[in-house]
Amino acid sequence: MKQPFPFSAIVGQEEMKLSMVLTAIDPSIGGVLVFGDRGTGKSTAVRALAALLPEIKKVEGCPVNSENPDEVPDWAELETKSTSLAPTPVIDLPLGVTEDRVTGALDIEKALSQGKKAFQPGLLARANRGYLYIDEVNLLEDHIVDLLLDVAQSGENVVEREGLSIRHAARFVLVGSGNPEEGELRPQLLDRFGLSVEVASPKTVQERVEVIKRRDAFETDYEAFMVRWKAEDALVRGQIEAARKALIQLKSSDETLTDIAELCLNLGADGLRGELTLLKAARAFAAYREDTAIGRDHIRAVAPMALRHRLRRDPLDDAGSGARVSRVVEDVLS
Amino acid sequence: MESLDAWDRAKLALTLLAIDPTGLGGLVIRARNGPVRDAFAETYHAMPQPIIKFHPAMDDDTLFGGVDLTETLTRGLLTLRKGLLGREGTALLSMAERCEPALAVRLAMALDSGQLRSLIAIDEGVKPDEQVPDALRERLAFNIHLDMPMNAIGLLPDQSEIEIARTRLNAISTHDETLEAIVSLSAQLGISSARAPIFALRAARAHAAFHGRLDIKSDDIETAAALCLAHRATMLSAPPNQDEPETAPQDSQDQGDDAGEAEVQTLDDRILEAVLASLPDGLLDQFKQKGTVGRGSGAGAKNRSNRRGRPKSSRAGRLSGRNRLDLIATLRAAAPWQKIRGAKHGRVKITPSDFRIKQYEEKSDRLLIFAVDASGSAAIARLAEAKGAVELLLADAYSRRDHVCLISFRGNSSEVLLPPTRSLVQTKKRLAALPGGGGTPLASGLVEALGMSHQARNHGMSPCIILLTDGRANIALDGSPDRMKAGADAEQIARQICAIGVETITLDLGNRPANFLANLASEMNGIYMPLPRADARKVSGAVSTVLGN
Repeated sequence: MKQPFPFSAIVGQEEMKLSMVLTAIDPSIGGVLVFGDRGTGKSTAVRALAALLPEIKKVEGCPVNSENPDEVPDWAELETKSTSLAPTPVIDLPLGVTEDRVTGALDIEKALSQGKKAFQPGLLARANRGYLYIDEVNLLEDHIVDLLLDVAQSGENVVEREGLSIRHAARFVLVGSGNPEEGELRPQLLDRFGLSVEVASPKTVQERVEVIKRRDAFETDYEAFMVRWKAEDALVRGQIEAARKALIQLKSSDETLTDIAELCLNLGADGLRGELTLLKAARAFAAYREDTAIGRDHIRAVAPMALRHRLRRDPLDDAGSGARVSRVVEDVLS
Repeated sequence: MESLDAWDRAKLALTLLAIDPTGLGGLVIRARNGPVRDAFAETYHAMPQPIIKFHPAMDDDTLFGGVDLTETLTRGLLTLRKGLLGREGTALLSMAERCEPALAVRLAMALDSGQLRSLIAIDEGVKPDEQVPDALRERLAFNIHLDMPMNAIGLLPDQSEIEIARTRLNAISTHDETLEAIVSLSAQLGISSARAPIFALRAARAHAAFHGRLDIKSDDIETAAALCLAHRATMLSAPPNQDEPETAPQDSQDQGDDAGEAEVQTLDDRILEAVLASLPDGLLDQFKQKGTVGRGSGAGAKNRSNRRGRPKSSRAGRLSGRNRLDLIATLRAAAPWQKIRGAKHGRVKITPSDFRIKQYEEKSDRLLIFAVDASGSAAIARLAEAKGAVELLLADAYSRRDHVCLISFRGNSSEVLLPPTRSLVQTKKRLAALPGGGGTPLASGLVEALGMSHQARNHGMSPCIILLTDGRANIALDGSPDRMKAGADAEQIARQICAIGVETITLDLGNRPANFLANLASEMNGIYMPLPRADARKVSGAVSTVLGN
């Protein structure tokens, strides 16, 4: 099968691309929510992400992608425990999925053919140490949302059913996309996404022509197109890897913390998650830019995506919450 | 493009799809069952791959493959089943308007990843809101209405011509002017998705190949625009120079000589005319419905469920991965047959026919939000009638799972007189004394109702706003007595209510129906009812009728 459309070949949509790069640099930022109209490249970007991310070291055949042999769960019954490099998993969680498929359940195949009680791992196991992608996240059933919230909170998936008692690590970056016209997200779920971006179609004719040109080239002249853009993707991957290393060196000064606290206070953002995410995102951005300290520019650049989904609803403000954040950012950081 | 009749249009769409199935994704045919559709079904043979039938109730195993439980149990051997997506072919999805969002997303995913080459969706919807889910419609190039008499049935597409055209497809060159014409056309039609112009380009290319050309001519663009762009239009035509600086940056390109640009411009205009001519009747009315709301249960709509909710009796059925086995009922069904089946001591023999599937019924409660105008001299009377209506509705709320709340607006603000409740006693207590008089802050009342709707959604209820008023808004949201601003504010909130898809009923209690309220109701995409001199019984009767109880 064809590889997905390359990440760096996506025209414009800088905020969306940046948000994904930032979570790749520091997964603890905690996921991206992409809201926008259809046909603006949301799903294209997520599918391209898999090819962009640096590889991870994992135990071969481990159902939860363990890094070290001693982390492999007993129920996996692995015999060889050699490790190798593998692509970072990006797992789709489709709408209408059953709880069994998400958490894992009794392996019916083995139960029927061998009479054995075995555990068949679900999507959460496969997404461990990687990404979990939910398209149309605003249409997701409530009970699946509850389940995800619970696991995202504890980083552990616990299955107690059908005589099974299994627990395994389930730490993943949640990426959701959706069209806001079709329904809203519960505030609890909104809060779980570290960053939130809004995408729209490019505004100029040139950009739109470029979108079509590249897409057309991808479809009609696949080989040459991939050679050209895979090189670009490799560059971004190199930057991500370098930034991951630089992250540890970046200390946050008291001024930075004060700025961040003041911003969140002025915006009336609920909870402390906003402050933490903003700090992490600003740090990741500074590392990505190869700067040696976190400055106001970094905060300014990432504040809208870190905070816009944490504001209280204001029915009269047409400008959208992104603009509200920018306004306050200008006031506080001027 | 000369204006084609419905049959030729449909035939042309299918021909282009047959030439480039992967690039164009597929088509939606909106047609009721009948001779015309049967005749059109013959054209599917033009597709390069065999037709695979899809059904809106397909489960994941049918789609992706999995363990064939029935076979496995009968034969005692593990039997795997191949999914429909693994097969080469053109998918034919009948009754596509009944396709659930979950299936639509899976099919969209399969189209995106190339597991599914192309899809023909047959939409048998009757009402405007019965449609193929957006996620799917967006990824199919064409949308064809087969609404015509039997004698309009024409010829079938020519197979050999299609095959020749397919071989030419890759040789056709594309100029930048073509791309610019398509892009600016989509912009003028208010199409924001990038998929639409890509489809138009590929359709133009297929059309050129079909006519034996080596590059794309304006005729090809016209046809492609009429087929791919017209049904996606969200506005008719924006003045090209006014709102966007689109034309300005073109100067920066070196090749931008004036004559060439003028040519492109006139070309655009001609194509735009062609597109406008090919817009189906009634499409303009649909522009407003852009904000139709998805059927996901996350938003708290009514929902039949096979996983949660109130348990119903189990039924016989197949295990499909989307439902749950009722173990006790299955054992009970198997029990009488054990001797006949020759079960040994301590073992139970179960066959697939014993399977009993759990069924649940999940229905979210409804919240009726009464927003009552308590301004002016008639306020006391109107409030009293509203209170009476609330009590009447609550009296049989138990049979209908309705909750009721009451918001009143007067002076320069609104207040919640009765928080959401099902308790008649509480209602009587709370509504004993009702304040009235003052101006009409309609917008403020609507803001309160909107907030209440959000709350209701978060609690898994489906809100419905019932607005009782007799007149014009005259207090703006900021409390100023400015008639113009008050009206504008109210309309703005109304649009937001429409955008989140809350059901609304506007009851005009004035002696003469007010235009402003009728407009406001249509702005909310809701129902408007003039009810002069209505009493409590009339109001509750009207609400019950509208809500279908």
